[in-house]
Amino acid sequence: MAKQAMLLQGNQACAFGALAAGVRFFAGYPITPSTEIAEILAQELPKVNGRFIQMEDEIASMGAVLGASLANVKAITATSGPGFSLKQELIGYASMAQIPSVIINVQRVGPSTGMATSPAQGDVMQARWGTHGDHTIIALSPASVLECYTLMIDAVNMAEKYRTPVIFLMDEVIGHMREDVRLPEDEELTIVNRKVITNSDQLPYKSEADGVAPMSIFGEGHYFHVTGLSHDETGFPQNGGDVVKANIDWLNEKIDRNLDDIIRYEAIDCQDADYIIIAYGGTSRSALQAKILLEKQNIRCGFLCLKTIWPFPYEAVKTICQHAKMVVFPEMNCGQLVGEVRKILPDKVVPFNRYDGQLMLPEEIAAVVENAVKEGK
Amino acid sequence: MRDELKPYFRENRLPHIWCPGCGHGIIMGALARAMAKMDIDKKNTAVISGIGCSSRATGYLDFDTLHTAHGRALAFATGYKMVKPESKVIVLTGDGDCTAIGGNHLIHVARRNIDLTTIVFNNNIYGMTGGQYSPLTPNGSKATTSPYGNLERNFDLVQLAKGAGATFIARSTVYHVNQLTDLIIKGINHKGFSLIEVVTQCPTNYGRKNKMGSPAQMMLWQKEHAVTKAQADKMTAEELKDKFIVGLLHQEEAPEYTEQYAKMVANLMGGDDK
Repeated sequence: MAKQAMLLQGNQACAFGALAAGVRFFAGYPITPSTEIAEILAQELPKVNGRFIQMEDEIASMGAVLGASLANVKAITATSGPGFSLKQELIGYASMAQIPSVIINVQRVGPSTGMATSPAQGDVMQARWGTHGDHTIIALSPASVLECYTLMIDAVNMAEKYRTPVIFLMDEVIGHMREDVRLPEDEELTIVNRKVITNSDQLPYKSEADGVAPMSIFGEGHYFHVTGLSHDETGFPQNGGDVVKANIDWLNEKIDRNLDDIIRYEAIDCQDADYIIIAYGGTSRSALQAKILLEKQNIRCGFLCLKTIWPFPYEAVKTICQHAKMVVFPEMNCGQLVGEVRKILPDKVVPFNRYDGQLMLPEEIAAVVENAVKEGK
Repeated sequence: MRDELKPYFRENRLPHIWCPGCGHGIIMGALARAMAKMDIDKKNTAVISGIGCSSRATGYLDFDTLHTAHGRALAFATGYKMVKPESKVIVLTGDGDCTAIGGNHLIHVARRNIDLTTIVFNNNIYGMTGGQYSPLTPNGSKATTSPYGNLERNFDLVQLAKGAGATFIARSTVYHVNQLTDLIIKGINHKGFSLIEVVTQCPTNYGRKNKMGSPAQMMLWQKEHAVTKAQADKMTAEELKDKFIVGLLHQEEAPEYTEQYAKMVANLMGGDDK
């Protein structure tokens, strides 16, 4: 029986995607524009033997998520900028102790309280570097309501597979936008569950051939120790320089060696394009329309939509864009992810930014290319 | 170590890192003796701590142990207990960890009445960082950050927990170790949020700054300043001024949150506990 088409909001699709991915624990704190995710999961989780709790603050929510995840339950939280800032320390804990978790950030205008109901993409670098210390992170950014569902499943899967926090970076446009979607059938979905330790002789932080250690699960009688301190393969604190370095290398390599699995993007008409617009999240919608406007003027323009923004897809962007005359990168910030493109295509990339809480218009993105054409660039 | 306590310790992790004369080992010992007396189901027990001297205890106890971030033990424990309502969860924390940076979690976990047994190692100081005042450093006491005497008023943790709705509240000291062991057993057996404040000594940072003498003298201070509820009832306010009350100070029955939630789930799922 095929699923019916539904009119869904991005935040709703995100919550349903989490349920489909097997998420059975949510802890959160009310914050606009993410609150619908908590409201839906408060309603739905207890129906499937899941648990929802509204915690006393953002930090507590993140702590509860990690506590639940240690009991082998897929656990997530949702927030927006101010709450994302508060959660950062424990996102680092999740990274260090390798606890699967997904943190949804429906971005709004900042800094500080900013504008709670207006979109921005100002937390892109915070998603990458928000918690202290060297670590890597996975951050995915959906560009449609359907992707809020499908990419959320990918986010949960990646958290489980790589034992890492995953940032699900939405924005107010994507979170509150409604679209007619037909969700995939459950049997079409791939659901990943973490590897777990099955006997006490296994070391809880010993990497296997795939770069990931099976997880010690509380309540199985193995009596493991979990700490945010630098630790060795046993999980116990260890300050030896070699051990510390090896652990940090591991945290990075388990992600960096699996880019083929983690990186997602969509390239449209980029092969012969003179101009390429790169975008992610809510901005993608205007960017795609800009491409269509330019085509009508017989300007060969491609569109590259990034779904995985961290780790940044340097190779893909370079390969897809290096033949273009110019690459335009619109963002709803003062220019954040464009810096990564500058590292690989310094002479080609042109940022286009709006950070006034307003949506970007296709015409203004198209105008950047039109002007370049006029100037013969 | 006595044989009956060995199952509860990771002997290969000992000796502990605490200073000579520190009272924390006595609390850890009391916890192990309590567990031995109860013959606690190890597999079904998790021990969760925050950050600080107290919280290092999880490294030495042979259970599923979780050494969380500063102040967050109760938040992690809440999430864990929500998905494992059948498990015993013991939280080990310190005065700064529990009542300053973790104070918000303390009052809310007490309000929700989540079945966690929280043992607060109260040495009146931030020991790990070298002796700064905490919310339980008495007014007037010296610390590295109150070199002229602490101007802040300290919490009465028992009253704080009571106001927040804790359903089991006790206080003891490392001097009164048998009473402490007994209170830990009662706390673990209590269905609901239990808070056990344990007055312990930090000779290195607190005792030295406040000229309290040797660790043994600090323990004698505990003996001389602890009174029972029955004794306190007969004393004047003036006599009680520098005393603190020990024993089981409050216990009541109230619905336990994770159990209530599990019941709600069972109802919504129509009795199917899949």
